[in-house]
Amino acid sequence: MDLILTLAGQNLLSPVILFFALGVAAALARSDLSFPEAIAKGMSLYLLFAIGFKGGASVASHGMDPGLVLAVLGGVVLSFALPFVAYGLLRAMAPRVSVLDAAAVAGHYGSISIVTFVALSAMLTAQGIPAEGYMIAVAAAMEAPAIVSALWLATRGGKSGGTGGAPGTELWREILLNGSIVLLLGSFFIGVISGERGMADLEPFIVTPFKGVLALFLLDMGLVAGRELRAARGVVTLRIVGFGLSMPLIGAAAGLGMGALLGLSAGGIAALTTLAASASYIAVPAAMRVALPRANPALYLSLALGITFPFNLTLGLPLYVALASAIAGG
Amino acid sequence: MDMKQAKRVEIIIEAVMERRVGQVLTEAGVTGFTMLPVLGGSGRSGHWTREGGVGRASGMIAVICLCAPHRLDRLLDALFPVLTDHIGVVSVTDTQILRAERF
Repeated sequence: MDLILTLAGQNLLSPVILFFALGVAAALARSDLSFPEAIAKGMSLYLLFAIGFKGGASVASHGMDPGLVLAVLGGVVLSFALPFVAYGLLRAMAPRVSVLDAAAVAGHYGSISIVTFVALSAMLTAQGIPAEGYMIAVAAAMEAPAIVSALWLATRGGKSGGTGGAPGTELWREILLNGSIVLLLGSFFIGVISGERGMADLEPFIVTPFKGVLALFLLDMGLVAGRELRAARGVVTLRIVGFGLSMPLIGAAAGLGMGALLGLSAGGIAALTTLAASASYIAVPAAMRVALPRANPALYLSLALGITFPFNLTLGLPLYVALASAIAGG
Repeated sequence: MDMKQAKRVEIIIEAVMERRVGQVLTEAGVTGFTMLPVLGGSGRSGHWTREGGVGRASGMIAVICLCAPHRLDRLLDALFPVLTDHIGVVSVTDTQILRAERF
């Protein structure tokens, strides 16, 4: 308990979280503070590039671990399975949410938030807790399976909400070749290939400025989350908020269990827990707009970005790190 | 100046549909069109802006194309199934163009 409180205190007072809080407050107060889309995208590309490369370089320096395949498989299983839990929970907690909307929301909770993962990585580095470098590959592998589960849940009721325009190819391109995945995996493999020498070359660019860029990016994410919170007023009921706060804890429990089963380190378990607890707001919403255009985007964006993301960032991460440390230490 | 009558079709649609709309226009014989980013706006779902956004889910684009009047029906017939379930607006206006042989 002491560890949780200490980590939570340190986390809440870190510049990264304080900038996020500033963004939320500014958006709620309707300040005109904003980031041009191109700068926000540029920062997200930098973070994906840096985190992917660092993960690959770490794998190269520690050698290829056979645990990689098992961890990827574990992540894929979680990503496939969690939407079913999320779907059942949301329908039980908020029966008025339609089958289509519940399926779309469920897809978000099976997939992952890479920004939450990046924030966790910064926290682990600050705490001196190492994690397996290949958790980047696990993160990438967990993006897509949840979308398949969500589509199955939606079409099972005969309510595909399709475009009528053969979206199949578009959808698969959106899922498998979205820019985040390509850059994350590409940087990871370049890191694996170039190893320690490559890391030494890029270190001044991807290590020292990393936290500053992350803080600035989270200021932007705070603004976006604040805007979603404002927009959520007409869409999100108390029961739905309850889902947005309880589902990450259920996902986290599944991630903790899977991480322990796979024998990951404390950092690795924390990473898998965070991935399972987080909800996508970049890749999955775009895929859902292609595949399930009749599902309400205000509902899933408000939940993933306005409720679950801030919860994970402020209270979830310290909790997951503390629990992972306790499990790995015990 | 020799000006010819034409139709100007403006499609405001979700950014995720960019490739599909381009494909439909090409298949309908409209080989020239322009795509523009949209900064923000307001509609049935309320006000929205692209500022700070990193995903494509909530973004919109504007597609502008000019076509000969006799091509319009074929173009709209092809566009309808793609647009019907998505957020967006389609408008058609009469316009005049130079170098009509290019359309």
